Amino acid sequence: MLTSEMIETVDTIINEHDNNQSSIISILQGIQREYRYLPEEALNYVSDRMDISSSKIYGIATFYENFSLEPKGKHIIKICDGTACHIRKSQPILDALRKELSLSEDRITTDDLLITVEMVSCLGACSLAPVVNVDGVVYAKMTPSKTQALVRKIKEGQLSEDN
Amino acid sequence: MGTMIIDNKKVEFSNEKNVLEVIRKTGIDLPTFCYYSELSIYGACRMCIVEDKWGNIFTSCSQLPKDGMSISTQTPKLRRYRKNILELLLSSHDRDCTSCNITGRCDLQKLARRFGIEEIRFGELDKKLPIDDSSHSIVRNPNKCIYCGDCVRVCEEVQGVGALSFTHRGSDLRISPAFNKGIGEVNCVDCGQCRTSCPTGAITVKDDREDFWEVIWDKNKRVVAQIAPAVRVALGERFGMEAGEVTIGKIVASLKKVGVNEVYDTAFAADMTVMEESEEFVQRLTSEENLPLFTSCCPGWVKFAENRYPELENNISSCKSPQQMFGAVVKEYYKEKDKEDGKETVMVSVMPCTAKKAEAAREEFEVDGVRDVDIVITTNELARIIKEMGIVFDELEDESLDMPFGLASGAGIIFGATGGVTEAVVTRLLKDKPDHTEKQVIFKNVRGMDNIKESIFTVDGREVKVAIVHGLKNADDLIKMIKSGERYYDFIEVMACPGGCVSGGGQPSPVDTELRKERAKGLYKIDRTSFIKSSDKNPIVSKIFEDMLKDKKHLIHVHKK
Repeated sequence: MLTSEMIETVDTIINEHDNNQSSIISILQGIQREYRYLPEEALNYVSDRMDISSSKIYGIATFYENFSLEPKGKHIIKICDGTACHIRKSQPILDALRKELSLSEDRITTDDLLITVEMVSCLGACSLAPVVNVDGVVYAKMTPSKTQALVRKIKEGQLSEDN
Repeated sequence: MGTMIIDNKKVEFSNEKNVLEVIRKTGIDLPTFCYYSELSIYGACRMCIVEDKWGNIFTSCSQLPKDGMSISTQTPKLRRYRKNILELLLSSHDRDCTSCNITGRCDLQKLARRFGIEEIRFGELDKKLPIDDSSHSIVRNPNKCIYCGDCVRVCEEVQGVGALSFTHRGSDLRISPAFNKGIGEVNCVDCGQCRTSCPTGAITVKDDREDFWEVIWDKNKRVVAQIAPAVRVALGERFGMEAGEVTIGKIVASLKKVGVNEVYDTAFAADMTVMEESEEFVQRLTSEENLPLFTSCCPGWVKFAENRYPELENNISSCKSPQQMFGAVVKEYYKEKDKEDGKETVMVSVMPCTAKKAEAAREEFEVDGVRDVDIVITTNELARIIKEMGIVFDELEDESLDMPFGLASGAGIIFGATGGVTEAVVTRLLKDKPDHTEKQVIFKNVRGMDNIKESIFTVDGREVKVAIVHGLKNADDLIKMIKSGERYYDFIEVMACPGGCVSGGGQPSPVDTELRKERAKGLYKIDRTSFIKSSDKNPIVSKIFEDMLKDKKHLIHVHKK
């Protein structure tokens, strides 16, 4: 539902870009930063306010991999599946995580919206393969069990930045 | 201005907007899927490729003609590429041609035959996407889409609606409404212009022929048909006749053969609309309330206004559209007779329009379980019914419409062309009825295909400013100008489709401005030769208002639920 808070937030983002149609991608990024995904009602509001059809906005949101139309978890775990990580067995890490969190290819976020698990292309840290990125922090030379331990820490709320 | 060399022949060009137009002028029908002169240039289908003298290949639709340019339209390389493109398009295309709704009229099928593609080297896609039949008007089958983007551009550029867009990426690319919803669940206005521009069977009109046959065979049903004005000037095209050729006599004859009991003219109800709407207009002029008055005949426009400008609700005429008025009056007229005969009257309308299907299904058009209109079939569906019956349409003897509702004025007939409603309403309000020569002068600015037409008339000593728009993008532009205070009008006629109903979503396609003009000409020709010039001179309309509608005016007005 479109709440007055959401209107206010989206309005602020649109105004930061002077309601400029060609800034639509930056505006969508702003909305995603705020909500961790692109809520449908927010996009419909942007469509009305900026005179861009909602189908076009949907087209933009589905073109870029980084935009999500589904709510994402508070913590995002990205498992690298670049060539180096792949041959150093990133797939078992993914399988173990999905099993641990009862997730699948189509269901990537836990019901409590705590954790999202994504397989991504090369993170650019091939010498540390296989790598896992949790909320922007890179964890090197991971194994299924090390990653599972990480998840347990997240669940217990003990994951700190300096890890 | 300049000279080009096309296939070793000198060709003069002047203001052609691209090389493709120059090539087509020389009599070479270069194939295209994604090129429509009225839409922006997209260059996606790559069928219009040409080769220059250095062996470079480019799309002729997206290249400006240059003096001294030398190109070939047929070379071994071009032929190989075109065939390759067709094969690739076919490889991801649903190949169920025999049972496709538009088989025989499909551009992909035609070009595959033209280029002699008899075998597709690539396997078929096993992934089938779901068919979207959420709408009353159109059906989308994404498995037949070739991603030419014609529907996306017509919806955005001509209609200003933007119900469809390219979504996702790469091999997941799709054309879809926002949030992957059904087309019936979004801001689509049912105009069907996407259907008229679709080169394949990816977008088709919802087929209601089965419902039609069912009532035809049912002995307990009295099947009453109404024929909209624009149908009679376009149906003939499906049988090899010229655009604009008036075929109402043959339409009546074929519907009688099919088994329809009574065949009437929607233009009769258009006359009623004129009477009611002009009365409403005069009232508003007197009270100075809810001006400008917008017409309500076009359901595509009504839905567009509801979606985008809900604040205009009170400005839109409360009169039902001719189709709905007709249904309401016919149902009332046969009420007693149905009881006596133990029958049920079924209202079938034959329309040039896909939005009429959605209009007939709206909840406010049902009173005590009785719908104003039960079944809506389009011009194209009627053509298929006639073909299915094996009727040789062009050789049929003409038959006349039935009475009483087959009698219409010329003013009611021209409802089918942009400006027609305005002309009819103004003619009704003028004390001294103009003859045809005078009409051509008075209504010069009302007729024709300009995007936004304006005129000023004097009604009862008051100056009345009138605007006419067709194509919803033009309507949107006009409303924005009115809102900003830049323009002021008293009366505004809006038709969703460019040119009005003559190029509705249910008409034979493709359509361009020339064809629209030819069809409109057919309607004006009927007007010229009809012996009732003005709606207020239609004796049956007057009688219906005096008797049946005396205290039942609510039947012909919209009451939103």
